[in-house]
Parts: sequence; structure tokens; C-alpha cells
Amino acid sequence: MRLRVLQFAVFAVLILLWHLFTTPGLIPPFYFDRDNAAAFFFGEPVKVFWTTVDWFWSGEIFVHLGVTLLETVLGFFIGAVSGLGVGLWLALSNTASAVMEPYIKGFNSMPRVVLAPIFAVWFGLGIWSKVALGVTLVFFVVFFNVYQGVREVSPTLLANARMLGASRWQLLRSIYLPSAMSWVFASLHNAVGLAFVGAVVGEYLGSSQGVGYLILQAEGTFDINTVFAGIIVLTAFALVLDAIVGVIERSLMTWQPKTSETEKI
Amino acid sequence: MATSGAPALALEDVTCRFAGRDGGAPYTAVASTTLRVAAGEFVSVVGPTGCGKSTLLNVAAGLLAPSSGVVDIYGERLVAANGVNRRAGYMFQADALMPWRTGIDNVIAGLEFRGVSRAEARRQGDDWLRRVGLAGFGDRYPHQMSGGMRKRLALAQTLILSPDILLMDEPFSALDVQTRQLMENELLALWAEDRKSVLFITHDLEEAIALSDRVVVLSAGPGTHPIGDFRIDLPRPRDVSEIRMTPAFLALHKEIWSAMKEEVLKAYQQQKVA
Repeated sequence: MRLRVLQFAVFAVLILLWHLFTTPGLIPPFYFDRDNAAAFFFGEPVKVFWTTVDWFWSGEIFVHLGVTLLETVLGFFIGAVSGLGVGLWLALSNTASAVMEPYIKGFNSMPRVVLAPIFAVWFGLGIWSKVALGVTLVFFVVFFNVYQGVREVSPTLLANARMLGASRWQLLRSIYLPSAMSWVFASLHNAVGLAFVGAVVGEYLGSSQGVGYLILQAEGTFDINTVFAGIIVLTAFALVLDAIVGVIERSLMTWQPKTSETEKI
Repeated sequence: MATSGAPALALEDVTCRFAGRDGGAPYTAVASTTLRVAAGEFVSVVGPTGCGKSTLLNVAAGLLAPSSGVVDIYGERLVAANGVNRRAGYMFQADALMPWRTGIDNVIAGLEFRGVSRAEARRQGDDWLRRVGLAGFGDRYPHQMSGGMRKRLALAQTLILSPDILLMDEPFSALDVQTRQLMENELLALWAEDRKSVLFITHDLEEAIALSDRVVVLSAGPGTHPIGDFRIDLPRPRDVSEIRMTPAFLALHKEIWSAMKEEVLKAYQQQKVA
């Protein structure tokens, strides 16, 4: 509770400072030579707030937000599922992983955002070019974590399951998958953010809908307040998606010991 | 215990050589070892630390193919490439419970792998939890249990499949002395019910004598091989904490220890050098 109060205090102080330094005429300008220059460059929290409220009040934001969220969620799911599948496959097959290793390394080192224009050509300016970009970003994060997670499965646990009569399929289901799950969830938290990056960067490069498109339009007219409003809406929804992943994680990982929990004898 | 027919478990002239690290010389863990366990016999293998005891057990389990030599299970050849020893249960030294499964789900894992229906598996699982003294703890996760409880759980997990051969790799070495003696007595009681063949690995000579029909002493590594085979004709049923005080026990201990001492010192010297 005390923690929440402090967290809110940090937020309040930041907003207050922002307000103080940007509102024209509130304090004498000390860096810019004009009174409203700070507001021009950094926006004003009050106006940002009302822009946001207006978006939701008029309903204008919903179609854009819906498009961006759809792109994000699709990119996230396709990327995560394929990362999980390929990660399991390569981790369990030594030949395949040895063959694919240089390619995986190459694709991972590549700054994949440069693929965005190509995806725009391949998939058009609709949602799929954004989804494709999100997938390339999400895939590798999940893939590497699954790969690592499966490789680190305790050999004793595997030997024990084999002695208890587990088939290959049963080993995968009862040992590899649950064992890799904590790694997978750690990566999914990063993946949510990357799926958003994919969607918004894609929208920047060419789109007619989406929060990224709204921000781009506002930048075109030097409407900094709208840009900030867009950033805040995106951040809020990224937090919501991350919280959803957290809820699913907690419901699936009930077996994990909590640090504060004492051992019952 | 003389029995007719093939022994339950026979390691014949087994050698295990491992490739050296970083292209170094290959390391021979076990050299030309022959070890037989008759049906219903409790055999302990003792030896200094790091002498390849676990390697022998992994060979017997079919988890590891020996470089040369063969393993026969009731007269049938065991080929590691064809899968593990299906007639054996293996209790590992380290914790081998699945942390994401509750106690009961861990116990019935083997039945589940064999396709036994859930209701039937649960019925047997509850019965085994009761037999190892964990009735009512079935819905706890392993991390919510003490070390002793986890060992009981592992014992139930292995015994529920009713294996003909029980392979045990220092199963109680991580427990404190009191818990350990309790577990040893429980193991003997469970064993007495249906007399499985047991191959029990330990570095603790007292534990070996107290539990076994026969104690095999291994030499220090590398190239571990048996250097002594002692029959333990102490009366059963035994209480492991009381039997340690009897003169017969002490005499056996003295005899076997004199055979073992040199090897333990040798192993100690090697560890100091390494």
C-alpha cells in the first residue's frame, strides 16, 4: 500500500514538473526565448489529457486502437506459437539445430525493422505487413528462450521419466514443455512490447489506420500534444496486454515456489 | 541366497570408457566388472567417492550403454539402444520429482505413462502415499515438502510400478542421520513385503551392511572394479539403528572396512592432486 502511494507520488511529481515547465506564462522562460516554445516542443499535460479524453469520448480512437491491437495480438500469437514450435524442434533435434544455427544467428543479428518496407511491398499497406514485422520480432525472443529452456531440462528428471516408462511424446508433454514454460513466460513479457513495436513501426511506414498512423499525422502538423496522447494510449494498452500475460502465467505456474513461502513440514 | 535360474540382474565384464574432455585421454570409469544380483537379493555396492558407482547403476538401468560387456535381466540381454530396462525402477540420488506436479500426480506418473486410467491410478496412488506415510499430502507440491517427504514420494513413485529390480543411487545421502535411519527401516519393511532384487549404491559402509544380504566393495577410480564380496548373514527383520550396536555387525564392519580403507585413501589422494 505504502509502495503504491510512493509510486503514485513519482507519477504526480513528474506530471507536475512537466506542467510547470511547459505551460506558457507559469514560470519565466529560462532556456527558450519565447514563452510558448516549451509547450511547442514538449506539449502540455493538461492538453494531452484532454486530447486523450476527447478521443475516447468521441470514439474516434477506437477504430485506430482496434487496428493496432489486432496487429499486435496477431503478431504476438503467430510469433509466439511459431517460436515455441521451432524452439522445441531445434532443441530436441541435434542435427536440425546444427544445420540451422548460422541462419538463426544471422536472422537474429539482422536489424529486422529494415524488413518493414519489404513487408509493405509483400503484404500491402493493410494489417498484415505490420503483423509480419511483429512476428519477426516476437519469434526470436520466444524461440531463444524455448531453445534455452529445453536445453536446460534437468537430465535427472529426464532419466527418471524414462525409467518410469515415458515415451518420446510423453517426455515432450510431461517434462520438456512444463520445464520450458517458465522461460517461455519470461520471454512473453518482452514479446508483448516487441509486438507493439512491430505494429507501430509498420504503421509509421505506411498505413491509413492505427495509433501509429494518428501519431504520424499529428507529427505532420507539429501537434505535439496529440503525439504524446498517442504514446500514452499505447503505453497503457501495452501494460494491459502485459498484465494479461501475467495473469495467464500465474494461473499456469501455480506450482512455482514463492520466495516468501516457507517450507511446510 | 542361492536361487535357481538366471540372476535378476547380471553385469558381465562391463567396461565404461568416456571420451576425454577437450580431446584429452579417454577416461575409464569402470573396468571389467562382473556383478550379479539374484532374484530377491539385496546387494549394496560401496566404494570411495567418484569411483563410478553411479555409472554401473546407469548401465544396469539401460540409460548408458557400456563400452564393452553385457547386461542380462533375468537371462535376457539388455540393449540400451532399444530403451531402458523396463523391469527396473530407479531411485536417483538427486531430486527427480517433477516440480510442476503435486505429490499424487508425481506418484502416479509411471502409471499414467503406461496408460492406466486416471481413477485406477489415483486409487493406487493414494494407497502408496499411505504406505510411505504421506497420506493427506497428495495435493502438496514437492517444494512444499521436506527432504525426507520428497524421498518417500520418490520411493512411492518408483515402487507403484512394482518393478522386479530396484536400483537405488545413494537415495538417502542427502538426509540427516535420524531421517535417514527412519527411511532405511521403511525401505526394509517395504522390501520385506515382496522381496524385490535390489542394487543399492552407497558410500556409507554402515548403511550397506545394515540393509544388505551382500556387500560388494569397489576399488578407487579410474578403472573401478570389485575388490571384495561379503555376505551379510545378520538376521532379519532388522532395525538399522539397533543392528549397528551388535557384535556381529561390528565384526563385519571391521572386516569390510579393512578391505575398503586403502581404496578410500587412494581416492582421497587423487582428489587432493586433482
